[in-house]
Amino acid sequence: MEAETKSPIVSRAGAKKELPKHFRDNRHVWVFIETERGQVHPVSIELLGEGRKLADKLGVQLAGVVVGAAEGVGTLSAIAETFAYGADLAYLVVSPLLSDYRNEPFTKALSDLVILHKPEILLLGATSLGRDLAGSVATTLETGLTADCTTLDVDADGSLAATRPTFGGSLLCTIYTLNCRPQMATVRPRVMATPQRVANTTGPIIRHELMMIEEEIVTKVLGFLPDGQSHRINLAYADIVVAGGLGIGTAENLERVKAVAKTLGGEFGCSRPLVQKGWMGVDRQIGQTGQTIRPKLYLAAGISGAVQHRVGVDGADLIVAINIDSNAPIFDFAHVAVVADAIGLLPALTAAFTRRLVPHNQSMQ
Amino acid sequence: MHIVVCIKQVPDSAQIRVHPVTNTIMRQGVPTIINPYDLFALEEAFKLRDRYGGEVTVLTMGPPMAKQALEKALAYGADRAVLLSDRHFAGSDTLATSFAISRAISKIGRSRTPEIVLAGKQTIDGDTAQVGPGIAKRLEMQQLTYATKIVSVDLHAREIAVERRSEGGTQMLKSRLPCLITVLEGVNTIRRGSIADALRAAHSRIPTWRAGDVGIEELGNCGLRGSPTVVKRVFAPSPRADKAIRIEAIEKDSDQVADDVIALILEHHPALEASFYLNGLT
Repeated sequence: MEAETKSPIVSRAGAKKELPKHFRDNRHVWVFIETERGQVHPVSIELLGEGRKLADKLGVQLAGVVVGAAEGVGTLSAIAETFAYGADLAYLVVSPLLSDYRNEPFTKALSDLVILHKPEILLLGATSLGRDLAGSVATTLETGLTADCTTLDVDADGSLAATRPTFGGSLLCTIYTLNCRPQMATVRPRVMATPQRVANTTGPIIRHELMMIEEEIVTKVLGFLPDGQSHRINLAYADIVVAGGLGIGTAENLERVKAVAKTLGGEFGCSRPLVQKGWMGVDRQIGQTGQTIRPKLYLAAGISGAVQHRVGVDGADLIVAINIDSNAPIFDFAHVAVVADAIGLLPALTAAFTRRLVPHNQSMQ
Repeated sequence: MHIVVCIKQVPDSAQIRVHPVTNTIMRQGVPTIINPYDLFALEEAFKLRDRYGGEVTVLTMGPPMAKQALEKALAYGADRAVLLSDRHFAGSDTLATSFAISRAISKIGRSRTPEIVLAGKQTIDGDTAQVGPGIAKRLEMQQLTYATKIVSVDLHAREIAVERRSEGGTQMLKSRLPCLITVLEGVNTIRRGSIADALRAAHSRIPTWRAGDVGIEELGNCGLRGSPTVVKRVFAPSPRADKAIRIEAIEKDSDQVADDVIALILEHHPALEASFYLNGLT
């Protein structure tokens, strides 16, 4: 990246000391495999893909860490997925106390594993579970944790270079964990690509006991209320996303954004200012503090495109931006830049897409 | 009930600009605000005080000017405020920050133990959501993050029931006091403080605690020295290698432009056509 060769603006890395002896035999890249009601969370698969690259660069093994309830149900299939998406080995902690997520037993399970088997790098998804767990584990181990990374790489000396947005998303910064191990990082869903699945792969499974009894765990799960089907928004995994920003003018004009999305069978979203104005719910917000998306087509209407927003959409195959300001930052990272007033163009797009789709749909029926 | 609310003074990130030539942050004139997520925590504390009585202490760590944020919190209705400020804390990452703040909470607790420590789910400048869990771990408190609702508090049995946002649903949890709760956005709106609150805030003397005041002897755990993470590079993202295809469409016929846009989309991503049809049918 060209910008990286420029002289640093902030440099505190002169503080780098030699890694203490007791950390020098830390090896391997670990990915915490998050499961959600028997299913592996897609972010864990994305992390296995990224972890594979890091492990190959370092010449070490990639391990998946599965923490869960009974063997045979979700846990065994999680192990199978871990190998199918590139892990060389798996660590497994199984206990009925780990059936629902609770901070205490999960922190103990993961921290104990780390202390015993000494990974060099530990990656978790930046989900509500992953962030809750990562913060506790990093504090327990007194090591560095970098949140919401957008790029992970390994330096010439083998250190993890974790890049994330900073200053509210205006800039990016690269963070190192200097004298502690493991180097921990979280990554949001959809920031990394999904790797290829390879069936029928397997490897060693290293089992570990959870040294805990229920009486030691203070927090109890009383129940779980799954999101209703109608509330389920699949923004992060949608193929087509249409979003509106301040340039669409009024809350009513959001209907024009929704109409295009509906015509294409895609999802709709918005940039942060619209959530702050109360025009749309936070679960529709696209960007660093909202959802990261990776659609085939991203249509951004009236969005100026702060870095904060950019990092949420950089993985899109094709970014089409409509903005009346020909100097809008979004045109620096869009593939197609349409200098126009989105308010007028959106209904025209809906009509044009409909014209194109309807004849075909009828022939299919 | 005694509630400690951790807040942070942050630059209003919406107003930060990057200098186009030097790539440096232009901070001049950027107003500071209380981290918006922390306002939800503060209001949640007030609601708990309304229901169960007690007092709300608001705590922040930062430079001396962070006192402004505390004055504002007092004007909203907090009973007491404490500023944790020391040059030894400069450059703290989340691990070092949670260390210093946990010590300050311990000191606050010496006069009256807090039942609940509240914080926003994350800050808008760091966006890490790591300090809350860090404080809970250091104080060996239960941590209940991303709370959407504090259902009930039983001071007698020292129990609390909360609902928290988790992947794909809401988790109902029962836990024990003391605990640390981070609250999700949108759970409430901060109330306007009364005139009495504003007057009291104006006359309050907010104590500033240094490392020694909160009993920190291990200065190696603070600030830069106590931070395992360091920022090595800060840079602006580079523009895409190949420039965007531009359609200058102001004052042109919208229908024609729309057709052009669709043609361009399909030219660059022919596979999308199948995707449109598939989606359009479902």
